[in-house]
Amino acid sequence: MASITEKTMRVIFVFCGLAIILFLVGILYILLSNSLPGLIELGLRPFFAADRWNPGAYGEPTYSLLNMIYGTLMVTVGALIFAVPIGVAAAAYLAEIASPWEREFFKPIVEVLAGVPSVVLGFFGLVVLAPLIARAFNLNSGLNAFNGAILVGIMAMPTIITLAEDAITAVPREYRHASLALGGTRWQTIWKITIPAAFSGITASAMLGMGRAIGETMTVLMVTGNMVARPESFLDSVRTLSAGIAIDIGDVVFNSTHFHALFVAGLLLFLITFAVNLLADILIQRKPEVNK
Amino acid sequence: MKTEVLKRGIVIEKKKSEWRSYELVGFWALRLTLVLVLFILGVIVFDIVSKGAGVINWEFLTQPPRVGMTEGGIFPAIVGTFYVTLITITFAVPLGVGAAIYLNEYAVQGKFTRLVRMSVRNLAGVPSIVFGLFGMAVFVKIFGFGPSLIAAGFTLGLLTLPVTVTASEEALRTVPRAYREGSFALGASRWQVVRTVVLPRAIPGILTGTILGLARAAGETAPILATGAAFFLPQLPDSIRSQFMALPYHLFIMSTQHHAISQVRPIAYGTALVLLSLVCLLNLAAVLLRKRYRNRVAKGL
Repeated sequence: MASITEKTMRVIFVFCGLAIILFLVGILYILLSNSLPGLIELGLRPFFAADRWNPGAYGEPTYSLLNMIYGTLMVTVGALIFAVPIGVAAAAYLAEIASPWEREFFKPIVEVLAGVPSVVLGFFGLVVLAPLIARAFNLNSGLNAFNGAILVGIMAMPTIITLAEDAITAVPREYRHASLALGGTRWQTIWKITIPAAFSGITASAMLGMGRAIGETMTVLMVTGNMVARPESFLDSVRTLSAGIAIDIGDVVFNSTHFHALFVAGLLLFLITFAVNLLADILIQRKPEVNK
Repeated sequence: MKTEVLKRGIVIEKKKSEWRSYELVGFWALRLTLVLVLFILGVIVFDIVSKGAGVINWEFLTQPPRVGMTEGGIFPAIVGTFYVTLITITFAVPLGVGAAIYLNEYAVQGKFTRLVRMSVRNLAGVPSIVFGLFGMAVFVKIFGFGPSLIAAGFTLGLLTLPVTVTASEEALRTVPRAYREGSFALGASRWQVVRTVVLPRAIPGILTGTILGLARAAGETAPILATGAAFFLPQLPDSIRSQFMALPYHLFIMSTQHHAISQVRPIAYGTALVLLSLVCLLNLAAVLLRKRYRNRVAKGL
């Protein structure tokens, strides 16, 4: 009797583990199977053509994702330009300099910031940041790539701080001691020893932050203005891939070309974030190995 | 000779103190980045609390929207969010804890467990709107749930699964090895060990993970856009097949889609405050719980 329970429980738990893999594969499968009809019907070229995303156009609908890719790129790069330096600096401080009570004080703050729902951040960008940006740059509207980049950077920052701090903390204590014993100051030790030793982990943290930035949906949907025209500067309105899907997902006709085209966008988004996360994963598994 | 040494000593001292002041400036520069994080959070919270607090009263929390959503409260959105997160955790917690038990208690560590862990991490990185697409294709269409509480709950469940697996695994790892070995030595089977020795001690950690998952699910909007969230419903959902109103979706609508956006701005602020408080309270509860049980683990109890 007992052994039947034993066996059943084992099967259940193995299944739970297996289910995780199945879900990930399932997501890829669903994205592929729903985008394939679109790819077969249109080929790959229309999705990267020089025109715009306009699936509802009467007569000649167009499905180019190109401008949305530009939009995603601008928001992501803009976000990382300030989120990575600030995030790494904050991580270095938390890991190397902060006194215990400072850590106790700042770490929950980082966690709370990480927990702010993206729709709340988007609302803040819409009602507070947008008017500020409009006034500062003398624009009609502050809903543009710049606004999106700031908010997405704020979203990515906690990820970068937490993971970079883990990476810096993981550097063996001996490295620091050796540096200090040779007469290095703490400042020199941090920048010349600890951070270089944690470099792969810090890069991974930046990449995971990037993954978040690329996939972030609600915030950019609310603050970037969502124009499908080709953006020329950071002060132009942009639509990202994720926001593009979110805008159309509500009223797309099931199994239409438009529907399949949305899945093509989803597949592209999935593949990009998957590659970024996988690379980060590989980097994180690498331990500091300066001494070998 | 003596003066030579003295001079050199003075130079070194001078360099040292120079370095020290550089360092001080540098440390402060780094500290400022954290102050900046605090400032950003402070500005966001202050803006939403200061403009949202005036809107919140008993009526706002317990009444449905009225007059084309320009008046009244957000009660259906609160209830909808409550229901959908309930379905989310009934889906995600058993599966997540099960997977964690498999990884930590049953599996031989090797290629397969590495693959499972890698999948967990990659699942955590999938953009939320892609979960929305998946949920729409699978739960709404293939399973035929239609836009409903259950379709949205399952979609959010998938999204929170990595949170519950990771937290549960961490909780299981804190149970000392000796406990398991002692029980095995007394002749207990694996499931008996898990059920009576490991799980009871891991419960606080698993609970922490559950709460974090709840907070995540309660604040997500993109996955429920096409899987069940509704613009406005005159009555509360009466089954798991009904559509529902949700706090984050309500905030999205009230700030971008409503026909009289500036008129309903106070309602949007109120909704944002309720949502922010809900998520922050859940996160705070998780942090406190984790701290308490980590202390207990540190004391070896």
